[in-house]
Amino acid sequence: MIPTPDLSHLKREDYDHVYEPAEDTFILLDALEQDASELRELTPRVCLEIGPGSGCVTSFVGSILGTSCLYLTSDINAHASLCALRTGRQNKVVVDPVTANLVDPFRSRLYRNVDLLIFNPPYVLTDELEVVDAQEQGGIAGAWAGGTIGMQVTDVVLDQLDELLSPTGRFYLVAVKQNDVHNLQRRVQEKFNVQSEVVLQRRAGREHLFVVRFMR
Amino acid sequence: MVRLITHNLLACHAKGCTTNNFPLKLQDVVVEVREAEFNADFLRGFLPRIEWTALVNAAKELGDTSLPLEMPEMVDDEFLKNLHHVLLEIHVDEGAMVCPNCGHKYPIMNGIPNMLLAEHEIG
Ligand SMILES: [Zn+2]
Repeated sequence: MIPTPDLSHLKREDYDHVYEPAEDTFILLDALEQDASELRELTPRVCLEIGPGSGCVTSFVGSILGTSCLYLTSDINAHASLCALRTGRQNKVVVDPVTANLVDPFRSRLYRNVDLLIFNPPYVLTDELEVVDAQEQGGIAGAWAGGTIGMQVTDVVLDQLDELLSPTGRFYLVAVKQNDVHNLQRRVQEKFNVQSEVVLQRRAGREHLFVVRFMR
Repeated sequence: MVRLITHNLLACHAKGCTTNNFPLKLQDVVVEVREAEFNADFLRGFLPRIEWTALVNAAKELGDTSLPLEMPEMVDDEFLKNLHHVLLEIHVDEGAMVCPNCGHKYPIMNGIPNMLLAEHEIG
């Protein structure tokens, strides 16, 4: 049993700016925990979480893999970067956060160099304008405004998957039913020949949540 | 924190800036050394992913000349200790990283680099 990261240092004011861990976070933690021994065997050296929010997930991975891996996070929201750093410290995991749009500044140097890629995207269904607004503001709205079918931001990451994943790399993605998970898996398979599998799914209130694991 | 391990992975991504956009030059830095747990397996595993010259030069800019100019073929304990310190223990808390090609300045505040670009700078 890997303990859920201690987030007691985060205050109400922090959650005005960053996404507070919820069911979608917890299903991702559960999926990672389920794979914990496999992940340790793979000895990932570079873990990159896109949109860490509170930093809960990266800290959790840190408690699985310890100092054998580098933990990078990238968030468009500077407050999230700060929270990821603080949550790491609180849980004795050294996290290296970068404030950036998705993986932009890492694209050349992390070309096929990410061993563990993690993304819990903003998936609440909103209209397209709201997505643009929310991402531009760089605030908390960016954490939940997901786009027409909750897929715009996810699509950008999926398009870059082939250039990010190392030969033994894995990608854990949180999705909701409206994302049409099966179709999404098929598209990635056809485009990059990257295999995937739904490793966990559950209902949480009105949502049907999935964790999809992609690997070469 | 911007540790040199992270610095070694960041490139300028401003519109049209595709050559000579790495490594970013450290500027006006406030540096702090914080001890980190030594993990030889991690260092050995990460070694092939390092842009060596960029790392040696960045360390030199921050006053550390413990690394050899060429990546050694034989990795011994002393080398790993020095590498550990340079990669993982030197933190840039404040300052900026400047692109050697286009001059774009990425600020570092509270140990976090801001790599965001304005709308018109996005490629
Ligand atoms: Zn540049």
